[in-house]
Amino acid sequence: MVAGSPATTDLLSLNTVEVIYDDVILVLRGLSLAVPHGKIVALLGSNGAGKSTTLKAISGLLPTEHGEVTDGTVTFDGQDITSRDAADRVRMGLSLCMEGRHVFEHLTVAENLIAGAYFRGRVDIEAELDTVYRLLPKLADRRSQVAGYLSGGEQQMLAIARALMAKPRLLMLDEPSLGLAPLLVKEIFAFIAQINEEMGLTVLVVEQNARRALEIAHHGYIMEQGRIVLEGTAAELADNPDVKEFYLGLGDSGARKSFRDVKHYKRRKRWL
Amino acid sequence: MSTFLSLTVYGLADGAILALAALGFVLIYKATQVINFAQGEFLLVGAYLFYTCFVIFRLPLVVAVVAAAALAVLLGVLVERFILRPLVGENAISVIMVTIGLSSVLKSLVQLFFGTSVREQPKILPTTQVKLLGVSIQLDRLLAIVIAGIVLVGFTIFFRRSRHGIAMRAVADDQPAALTMGISVRRVFALAWALAATSALIAGVLLADLSAVDQNIAAFGLVVFPVVIMGGLDSVPGTIVGGLTIGLLKSYVSGYADAGLAEVIPYIVLTGVLMVRPYGIFGETRIERV
Repeated sequence: MVAGSPATTDLLSLNTVEVIYDDVILVLRGLSLAVPHGKIVALLGSNGAGKSTTLKAISGLLPTEHGEVTDGTVTFDGQDITSRDAADRVRMGLSLCMEGRHVFEHLTVAENLIAGAYFRGRVDIEAELDTVYRLLPKLADRRSQVAGYLSGGEQQMLAIARALMAKPRLLMLDEPSLGLAPLLVKEIFAFIAQINEEMGLTVLVVEQNARRALEIAHHGYIMEQGRIVLEGTAAELADNPDVKEFYLGLGDSGARKSFRDVKHYKRRKRWL
Repeated sequence: MSTFLSLTVYGLADGAILALAALGFVLIYKATQVINFAQGEFLLVGAYLFYTCFVIFRLPLVVAVVAAAALAVLLGVLVERFILRPLVGENAISVIMVTIGLSSVLKSLVQLFFGTSVREQPKILPTTQVKLLGVSIQLDRLLAIVIAGIVLVGFTIFFRRSRHGIAMRAVADDQPAALTMGISVRRVFALAWALAATSALIAGVLLADLSAVDQNIAAFGLVVFPVVIMGGLDSVPGTIVGGLTIGLLKSYVSGYADAGLAEVIPYIVLTGVLMVRPYGIFGETRIERV
């Protein structure tokens, strides 16, 4: 069930990547996945499966947390980037939107966006801002407000918009639905689908909200304990009985399970 | 009335220089979270660097200013690279102890090379008397206020408008997020120290010109603490308000009451402010959304 050798059309591919934190804690155990050009790929899994670590390995943020890729390769656009530093990868077009939004709280919306375009040097910042404001008119209304006082949904939109200011070729989103009301989650995912469709932007999204993620994704991976345990097109995954039961909360018959049926002990699925 | 006006001008001149000195302190704290106890010594070193270029090497004024500034930037970058960067991640007390040590080293180096006696330096700013609202005031005080004002406004604009300034504030706000934006945290740290050393140099040279090139410049730097704690450790506008307030206060107290009391008054105010607003008057409050 594990991804085979990545095709040459993939924008990003991970090949048997192993990540160790603090020299002892093995978090990713030979993980392989591929993100094709122009597609949305969802990486799903429960807490502690290693989803965020995967994104950090791709964006080069592991050294800040005493982590390190000890085996395998990360390839972006045909180049081996396994040991490039984080700033280099941003320059190549890899943009990560961190879990928990991480907007610059004391900066205004506009300043947050300008910081997003920082590494690009002297560009026509007004034109860039206009492009983003056209996509997200809500942010335009709040451009001179301090970001820390925006609502959670607006902060998430701002975090994505800030990542877009870097003109990425691959946008990585770490749990964009975290802590947001269901309606806002819907809005965020609709926006992700929109930028994928209109701008042809390749997206890798890590989510706990499997239902929403599989709705917009073309392809999905399911992770457990540092490995990919299941992969397929989004439709295949949404149809898989195990995925239905454990990630989408549906019973055998496809009917939604009631919280009343939940037993006191936890039944978990282990594929490996 | 005439006493009041001249005390005001003297106080504002002192306050503007204090604000400049405090600015360097705030720059470092804001970007790197380091409390730099050696800020007063940066003023001292700045003044002596300029003295070396201007008096000993007899460079023309403008060249001397540029050369001294270049040396100050170099000093700032070296201190960051070789003393503070290895300490990243260590606890705040260790870092504070290191900056206290650094202050002793810098002071001793100055004494080693220049001794402790007052050095003669020709006045740079004209000391002619001008009439202001019927009171005669020395022109150099007014010019010091203007120069410090221009530098402070320049820094404020830099932080608000330029993308490097915004990147510095971004790093101060959220380092991991700044990293994901391709902002080099190391470069920002180096830039903060370089800018702090430059503003300290300007403050040191102005102070030396108004008083004298001697060891007291470092003592003046100590008053930076009441200023920044009053204005907020991380607020650039706060340094201006804090600096001017403390400067005026010292001047009025020494003029109307007692010169000895004037030395103590900043610390009394400091205690009072902290009791009412623990994060300073302009300090960034932590934003909590409910």
